[in-house]
Amino acid sequence: MNDRTPEPRGVDPWADLRDLTIARVGLGRCGDAIPARDVLAFQLAHAQARNAVGATLDAATLGLDNVVEVHSRATDRATFLQRPDLGRQLAEKDAPRLPPGAYDVVFVLADGLSATAVTRQAPGVLAACLKALPGWSVAPVVVAHQARVALGDEIGERLAARFVVIMIGERPGLSVADSLSLYITANPRPGRADSERNCISNIQPRGGLSPESAADKLAWLLREAVRIGGTGVNLKDDPSAALPSA
Amino acid sequence: MTYRAALDGTSYAFTDLKRLLACASPARSGDQLAGLSAADDVERVAARYALADVPLTDFLENPLVPYETDDVTRLIVDTHDRAAFTPVAHMTVGAFRDWLLGYDADGPTLAALAPGLTPEMVAAVSKLMRNQDLITVARKVEVKTAFRNTQGLRGRLGSRLQPNHPTDDVRGIAVSMLDGLLMGVGDAVIGINPASDSLPDIKVLLDMVDGVRERYDMPVQSCVLTHVTNTIRLMERGAPVDLVFQSIAGSQAANTGFGVTLDILREADDAARSLARGTVGDNALYFETGQGAALSANAHHGVDQQTMEARAYAVARAFRPLLVNTVVGFIGPEYLYDGKQVIRAGLEDHFCAKLLGVPMGCDVCYTNHTMADQDDMDDLMMLLTVAGVNFLIAVPGSDDVMLGYQSLSYHDILTLRSTFDRPPAPEFEAWLRRQDMLTAEGRMRVSAPQQLGRVLGPTGGLVA
Repeated sequence: MNDRTPEPRGVDPWADLRDLTIARVGLGRCGDAIPARDVLAFQLAHAQARNAVGATLDAATLGLDNVVEVHSRATDRATFLQRPDLGRQLAEKDAPRLPPGAYDVVFVLADGLSATAVTRQAPGVLAACLKALPGWSVAPVVVAHQARVALGDEIGERLAARFVVIMIGERPGLSVADSLSLYITANPRPGRADSERNCISNIQPRGGLSPESAADKLAWLLREAVRIGGTGVNLKDDPSAALPSA
Repeated sequence: MTYRAALDGTSYAFTDLKRLLACASPARSGDQLAGLSAADDVERVAARYALADVPLTDFLENPLVPYETDDVTRLIVDTHDRAAFTPVAHMTVGAFRDWLLGYDADGPTLAALAPGLTPEMVAAVSKLMRNQDLITVARKVEVKTAFRNTQGLRGRLGSRLQPNHPTDDVRGIAVSMLDGLLMGVGDAVIGINPASDSLPDIKVLLDMVDGVRERYDMPVQSCVLTHVTNTIRLMERGAPVDLVFQSIAGSQAANTGFGVTLDILREADDAARSLARGTVGDNALYFETGQGAALSANAHHGVDQQTMEARAYAVARAFRPLLVNTVVGFIGPEYLYDGKQVIRAGLEDHFCAKLLGVPMGCDVCYTNHTMADQDDMDDLMMLLTVAGVNFLIAVPGSDDVMLGYQSLSYHDILTLRSTFDRPPAPEFEAWLRRQDMLTAEGRMRVSAPQQLGRVLGPTGGLVA
């Protein structure tokens, strides 16, 4: 054969390089193809991500008292995935469950694209957030099914809350299928643009943001939003930038 | 003007050309989301009957998006070549479809026709074509471009090496790049999607890739896919910019949503050409497109997503890009629901672009909330290779760890090269040979990674 002399056996030239990226590098080859073990690892990651997308949010497993459960107008998962507009609107029958009160903030736990993320991360994140916001008047927690971010606008408006914080499952990736995002919107009402919100993303236990860090960021953003009178592009997620210059 | 069809005693009416095209489109979630789809499959076929009888000249006389308010329409109308259009000027859409499939409509004939076709004409005819028709016609057309190597040659397949990293870590990116180069990927472009828009960070990436290219004398081009205005600034600061990237769409309003105008693209093209970094050609732009982009910006003017996508190719061809690709499965299930819709859209996009003379490639890809898997991607990559696609995108192990979606793997490119006998660009193939990375049969050596130590050198880093 005219192939080159192989290197000594047992030496994996990729060993050190793999530490430099989480990308699937140095997989080896069987002919042109990826070896079986790596094909299966990929299929497992994809199956877990698909499960996260298809998962149902079960409010009973969240360990919370006094939750209000609501649904969007997307009646099932397939509809939810194809009709983002319906996922942003509250089901008519659920509106009476959200009477107005004098609330500073309402927390909405929404399945989004990963109910798995909400089930795993939201209870801890919520507890940390409540701890980080002493003195705030907090509405009963709302659990929202087949929900997009903007569903929080109608929920917040009905409850007459000054802020809505929606905790929502992110689109699952192959490496992480249970990452949570928080979206903060001041004076919520239907029609708010994405540029009027602030986001804290990548809350997950494998190299992502911890519940405590997310809660600290949230508390800072909420107080800053009160100070400048709103959320959105004018509210920069950078505590250091807000300090008066020396 | 109302278009009509009568089938089995039932008459169907379509109020205008927009409505007719939308109803004739194969079913897809994006058109349903926009409320533009046919009510059912029978109405869809009725629309196709009606569409088959529409003269091609109707598309010239009835712009779908107003000329007065849309610069893409103005570009299409003002640059339409009547003389080139003449051979098909008398045809209906149905007759055009049959003519395209005929033996007389060969590569040179179709290349000469391209300036005479508008995006709306090619979108219309695609709606009367089955998947095999889209492949049969597209593969007749050769769209050749060049920078440091020649892309689009018949019988060859280019590939983009996409070594993304979630935090733009330059060593992490270098490792993914090395992995791809050792599998012979990257002749179309070494193209990085940056996580950051910071110009100094992007310059670090450009310097690294360009350093590797110079050190190993590789006939490839690089690109960091940041906003065109960032790249213009980077060129002003003397960064080693080969290709200028931009996402584009099929209406002025959608392009405004991307923060881009035709004037900005012209400025970028002039700046990149003036650097004269290409050695065998001067095609210096790189565009990405994708069905659903206009609708997601609410800038679709009531036109179906596939026709809007074809209009983006009119923007592309005005700037003689080196590369264009549709990011076909990236946008999500609200636009393309499942593997079947993604595959169909990929073939449509490739067909329409090639017929318009655009050097079309594809990111064969899907997200985890789309009803698709790697088997669907296998199907689409093979269909597109048979169709003569200019290039495909590949990432390590199909897993893009920055953008969080699945594309092809470097291994998939090897599979396509072997299965369909498609070597890369000739200049790049010769370089692989000089590096002794190819076997006598032209295959990438399996032991290439074992030579890593030699390639990197004892202290080695691709990155100093």
